[in-house]
This record gives sequence, C-alpha cells and structure tokens, in this order.
Amino acid sequence: MRPTSEDDLAEAILGAHAALSIRGGGTRPIGTAEGELLETGGLSGVTLYEPGALTLVAKAGTPLTEVEAALDAENQRLAFEVPDMRGLLGTRGESTLGGIVAANASGPRRIASGACRDFLLGVRFVDGAGTVVSNGGRVMKNVTGYDLVKLMAGSHGTLGVLTEVSFKVLPKPEAAATLALHGLSDAEAVAAMAAALGSPYDVSGAAHDPAAGRTLLRIEGFTRSVAYRLEQLKALFPGHEITEETEAAAVSALWAAVRDVAPLQGRTGDVWRLSCKPSDAPELAARLRAEALLYDWGGGLVWALLADGTDARARLGAFAGHATRVRGTGGVPAFHPDPAPVAALAEGLRRRFDPRGVLNPGLMA
Amino acid sequence: MQMPAPDASILARKDQIVARLREVLPASAVISELSETRAYECDALTAYRCPPLCAVLPSSTEEVSAVLKICHEEGVPVVPRGSGTSLAGGALPTADSVILGVAKMNRVLETDYANRIIRVQTGRTNLSVSGAVAEEDFFYAPDPSSQLACAIAGNIAMNSGGAHCLKYGVTTNNLMGVTMVLMDGTVIELGGAHLDAPGLDLLGVICGSEGQLGVVTEATLRILRKPEGARPVLMGFAANEVAGECVSDVIKAGVLPVAIEFMDRPCIEACEAFAHAGYPMCEALLIVEVEGSEAEIAEQLEKIIEIARRHNPVELREARDEDEAGRIWLGRKSAFGAMGQINDYMCLDGTIPVSSLPHVLRRIGEMSEEFGLKVANVFHAGDGNMHPLILFNANEEGQLELCERFGAEILKLCVEVGGCLTGEHGVGIEKRDLMHTQYARADLEAQMAVKDVFDPRWLLNPAKVFPLDASESRRTFAIAAE
Repeated sequence: MRPTSEDDLAEAILGAHAALSIRGGGTRPIGTAEGELLETGGLSGVTLYEPGALTLVAKAGTPLTEVEAALDAENQRLAFEVPDMRGLLGTRGESTLGGIVAANASGPRRIASGACRDFLLGVRFVDGAGTVVSNGGRVMKNVTGYDLVKLMAGSHGTLGVLTEVSFKVLPKPEAAATLALHGLSDAEAVAAMAAALGSPYDVSGAAHDPAAGRTLLRIEGFTRSVAYRLEQLKALFPGHEITEETEAAAVSALWAAVRDVAPLQGRTGDVWRLSCKPSDAPELAARLRAEALLYDWGGGLVWALLADGTDARARLGAFAGHATRVRGTGGVPAFHPDPAPVAALAEGLRRRFDPRGVLNPGLMA
Repeated sequence: MQMPAPDASILARKDQIVARLREVLPASAVISELSETRAYECDALTAYRCPPLCAVLPSSTEEVSAVLKICHEEGVPVVPRGSGTSLAGGALPTADSVILGVAKMNRVLETDYANRIIRVQTGRTNLSVSGAVAEEDFFYAPDPSSQLACAIAGNIAMNSGGAHCLKYGVTTNNLMGVTMVLMDGTVIELGGAHLDAPGLDLLGVICGSEGQLGVVTEATLRILRKPEGARPVLMGFAANEVAGECVSDVIKAGVLPVAIEFMDRPCIEACEAFAHAGYPMCEALLIVEVEGSEAEIAEQLEKIIEIARRHNPVELREARDEDEAGRIWLGRKSAFGAMGQINDYMCLDGTIPVSSLPHVLRRIGEMSEEFGLKVANVFHAGDGNMHPLILFNANEEGQLELCERFGAEILKLCVEVGGCLTGEHGVGIEKRDLMHTQYARADLEAQMAVKDVFDPRWLLNPAKVFPLDASESRRTFAIAAE
C-alpha cells in the first residue's frame, strides 16, 4: 500500500487486520520486518520553509534529496548530518524525512549540535487505531503538553506512522577544516578527542579510524574563526604527527565517510553499533574482538564489524550503554533489551498507541 | 481557576497517612502542621494557593520510593516540588495531596570532564550546577531567569530554557539520563553518560512532563567548556517591525548568536527608571550576544552591526569591556524586578514564528487598548519565545480576572499564527484550560495515554496540564478503582 494523503493512510491502518511493515525510502531497514508493506513515499512535498525562521515542514515521505536541494538554495542544512546507510546496508532507494525521524538517524555532528530528535519541532502521525495525532509544532521553543515529538523520533514506526515532520534547520557555515592526528592507539585517540571536545574551540566532529591510524577533528564557522581555532587546537597536541585539511570538498568527503561508516563498507559480516560512555569505548571495543572498528562521537559511538551471527552483547557483558545490530540476522534481537521495568513502560506505550499490534509488531520488543 | 474537590476520605485519613510517612522518614522530614504546610501552599504563581495535606522532604531515592509506595497504596495524590519557582502553578498543591519536595537532595554525585557530564541530585539549583564545574571552566547551558533558585528537578519537569538556548538548546537537549521513581515506588534508570535510547526515547517524553510521570531524583547533565569570551551589542530601532526584520536578517546571515533579546518601549522605560542602564528611549531594543575568542567576537559583531545598519538603527552600542557588557545586560536582567516595582504583573510565555513578530506585537498593542491594561514586551527574539508582561492592580476588584482574560487572548493569538501556548514555563494550571485551543481531542488523548502508562491511577501532580473536562473520565475511573 502506498497512500497519497494522510486520510488515506489513516484508512489503510484502520482497515488493516494483520501486521503492517512500515517503510519510508527503505534505505535503513533494521531487524525483521513482517507483514504487508505500507509505504509513506506517496506523502511527499515541502509544505513550509521559512529560512529567516530556520524552519522547514515537510510531508513524511519527502525524499531527503528534495529537502537538501531546497535548503541548499538558501545556504542552510539539516545540522544533524543524516547518515546515508545505503553503502553499509546494501540498500537502494531514496531516504525520506519520515524514515530519518523514525530511526533518529544522526551523524558525526550529533555530539556538538544534537541528534535528529533535537532538531525535530513537530510531528503528525497516524496511530495504530487509525487516529491522526499532532504534537509539537513549528516553533523552536515549545513545552506545551507532553513531548511526543521525542517519543516518535527513533520509535521505528511502532507507535504510529509519521505523516508530517517539522525541523529546525541551520545556516551552512562559511568554512570547515579538519585536523588529523596520526598513529594513535584507540585509547590515545579517545583521550585526544576528549581533550578537543573539552576545549573552547567548538569541535563539531571527533572520529577515529583505527585501520587508517587516523583521528579526525572538525571545526566549522566563519573563515577567520576556523583558521584561529585550527591553530589553537593544534597547539593542544604538541609532538603529535598532525596534518590538516581545509579544502571544502575534501573536508566534506572525510566526514561523509565517517557518517556513512565507509571503513566497514563492502565487507561481509554483521554490523553493530555501540553507544557508550566515550572513555569506556576502547576497552569495550577490545571485548568485541571485531574485524573492523570505527569510532565516532569522540568514542561515544563505536561501529563494529563482526562475523555473521556473533552475539556482540554476550561479548560485551554488562556495560553502561547499548548495542544495536544494524546489519545481519541472528538469534538475538536487533535492539538492545531494556531492563524489565523500562521494557514494561515501553510495551505499555506500544499497546496504547497500537492496541491491535499492527504497526511493525515485534520490531523493537 | 477550577480545581477538583478534595477527596474527603483522604482528608479524614490524614493522621494515618502522616503516621505511615513518619515510619519511613525522619520526623523532621514530614511536615503536617497547618502553620508549616502553608510554606508549600503555592509556587511563584502566587494568585493561587492551597495548603497540602502534608509535605515530605526525603533525602534519597530510596526515601522517595518509600514515600511514593505509601501514597500509591493509600491512593493519595502527590505533587512533586523542586524550588517552587514555577510561574505556571506547576507545583500548586491540592488539599488532599502530599507535597514531595526534593530540596534536601542537592548533592553533586559525579563530575566527569573527560566525558563532559555531571551527575547531580535534582534538588540542586541550576546555577550551582554550573558553579560545581566552574573551576575547570565548564558550565551547564540552560539558564532560566530564576537560575539562582530553581532546581534541576523543576527544570526537567518543565523542560526549562533561558536566554542562551538559541545556541545551546533547552533542558531536553542537555539532559542525558535520569534516575526516576514511578508512582508505585519502582525506581528506573534511563540514559546516562552515553547518548540516545536503546529503544523508545522515554527520557525525551519525561523531560517536560511536569512531574506527572514520575519523580526524578538524579540527573546526568551535559556540561560544556566555557567559551573564551562573550560580548553583547545593543541596538535601538524606531519601530518593532524593523527590529523584527533585523533579527530575521541576522539569523539568515549565518551568525548564530548565543542570545537575541528584545524589549519594547514600555519595557525599556520601566527598566531604565529602575536600573539606570543608560538605554536609549526608542520603540524597540535588541541585545545580541556572541561568543568566542576576541577576534571571533569582533568578526561576528562586525557582521551583525553591518546588518543592523541596513535597518537604520537609532542607537548602536558595542560593549568595549566587561563593565559596558554588564551595563547592557543590567536593564534586561532587571526587567521583571522593574515591572514588579511599578505594578503587579502577569508574565506570559507563548512562542510564535519569528516572521509573525511585527503582526503579533501590533495586535497585542491593540488588545492592550481594548482591555485597558498596559503590556510590556521582553523576550527571546531569536527563537520567537515571547514574554508579554501584563500590568494590573491586584488590589482592585476584577483586575486579576481581566488580566487573565487578556492573557488568554494573547496566547490564543500565538497559537493562531502558528505558535504555541508556552515556550519554556510549562502549562501547569495556568494554561491548562487553554490546551483545547492548541490541541484537538485526539492530540490530548495521545498525551494522556502516556500518563495512563506511567501513572495509571493519575495520582502524580493532579489537575495540571490537561483540561479538567478532558481528564475527568480518567480521574473518576482512577478513584472508582480504589
């Protein structure tokens, strides 16, 4: 099914008697999807864009490329840096805004600017009973009632099917530069990234690629300011082997590779995504005995390639954080299980929002 | 303001309930004499008062859990309270409720500069969180005006903002984890030093839930390194519209100031008379602050001033030193105090799309004439969060009601132009009955469904957020179930 209006979508859900598998662009599938396909691609188009208010509203099935083109024309962007997962997951198609929100997909800038959920101002969605619900709005500060906007971000279509989303957008910076530290061990790299992120120089990306032996730090802003901060940042690491990149396209390519997990692309195996306290990352990564690793978010995000069917959680043991399997199938669930009382709350919410259990049933449970 | 009638059976069981609470708390932490419970009869929305059944001041998560367990068993409503600075009546008790104050729980549990977090008990005040990390040049970004007094617990409940959230975001963007006690006494942990939720983002919905889903006892907060410096520029304009256009142009130009504050003539006059900050007498004043190194500040201010010049400012004053910066902020920071000196006032908190600023200010001016009440506007212009202050005389019969009607009209206007009822203060009881203007029945039902899951008996912070008619069936059902 591919409804072309919110009303039709509501009717489709109301009329469903068995599981529906909800899909935006199908570029970032996770877990096992079962049931009749319900696509949101038919709900498309930017409905409001006010550059002076930094606000964009679009229907959920709007392709990311269309939104990026509109923002580009005004020299603005989605600041949370949407990862393109097609290379890693071997998928095709066009990523949609609704799918991005449903996955709370956020790239390297998440540590500095925030995640997708932090830029999401409002949502409209159809719940499992076919009821249209609106929450939040199009203004930047809004504490009117409960924040279902955050709840919907990252709910992977299990609470409702998004029909419209509003975002806070940001101006593109005039310049960007990247500092690369070479030859650091994982532990040294995480410490270096912590020093950079704890500096007053507004580092907007901090990643470490162990295979390339390279630790990347990004700075963005006005040209003179970027040049100043780059020098200051360099001075934090005396005696290190350092190179710098200030050419716009090259900086952009470096971070697209981090964002899209390029070092793990084109290789077989399962891909896991670990969210942890940054300083714990090297030790946790060692426990994984991974075939390939990539650290982002100053170490707070670890991508790991493991042999097919490996239970990463079993290797990790108890730790503060969570591990999600983003590629591969196996005996263990894709999403990290919540502790019992939290799982009970989540299950309670799913039952209330989707009483008949038709929306991606079992996906996150 | 209508509140539900207190449950007579609870009032009749007061002694028994207090005795049970005394079994789990030290004697000094249970306050039940009317002479003492009066201290908890209201928050900063002082027009509404009601002493609670009793007040408890637990010292630990375990004690909070024990208290909630008893109240759950006894079917007694609980009103969580941080420092009681809510302007929306978020901590207003009912006569049959137990006030649960977190004021004694104010310790710093952990500071971790490498991972840029601090973990605190939630009774700690907002400013003292920044104070705890100041020695390493770090700070906690959300800065509500009441930051000297307000508690992190209340900040989380209301998702508080502040003047600097244009750059740093509000509480929800800086909150990484909580320890929370559910109404039945269950203790849960959400988030922590790591980012994002493993499953549903429950932390996101708890922040801003006005104490109706649980009592947050500990919080992990993101801390940031202080910028090298900050400096404001003050600009005066001949019309509100022009100032509004200037704000929009600054934002479009890609400069991201940490704050853009707006004051209109009535506000400028009051502040000047009170604080003698040397403000120019004009229709609209902007204070724009930028951060960074000396050179970066100069570069950004240069761009901002160039934009401002295109709008023919009647005054442009760049702070050359700390002292001048202090004076530029002095008037703005004393705005509420200045208003309080000349009159009683009601502070509104609606948000509007920045593009609607001139229209909304004009309509407020017209309504001010119609209602015969003066309004001073001071607000966070960069994000459209307005703070109209309606001046009235509380001692004059009918003026409070007139003022409330006027306020409601302004908030309806905010919703009409695509904005919302409250940008950072919360709904509480103040905006409760206006929720229908912003949300359809189904929208409120979805929010109340969340409450049903976390607090099935609807005992936490009763009669707030949702219009009484919308929540009635749930509240009566919850009572009938007992």
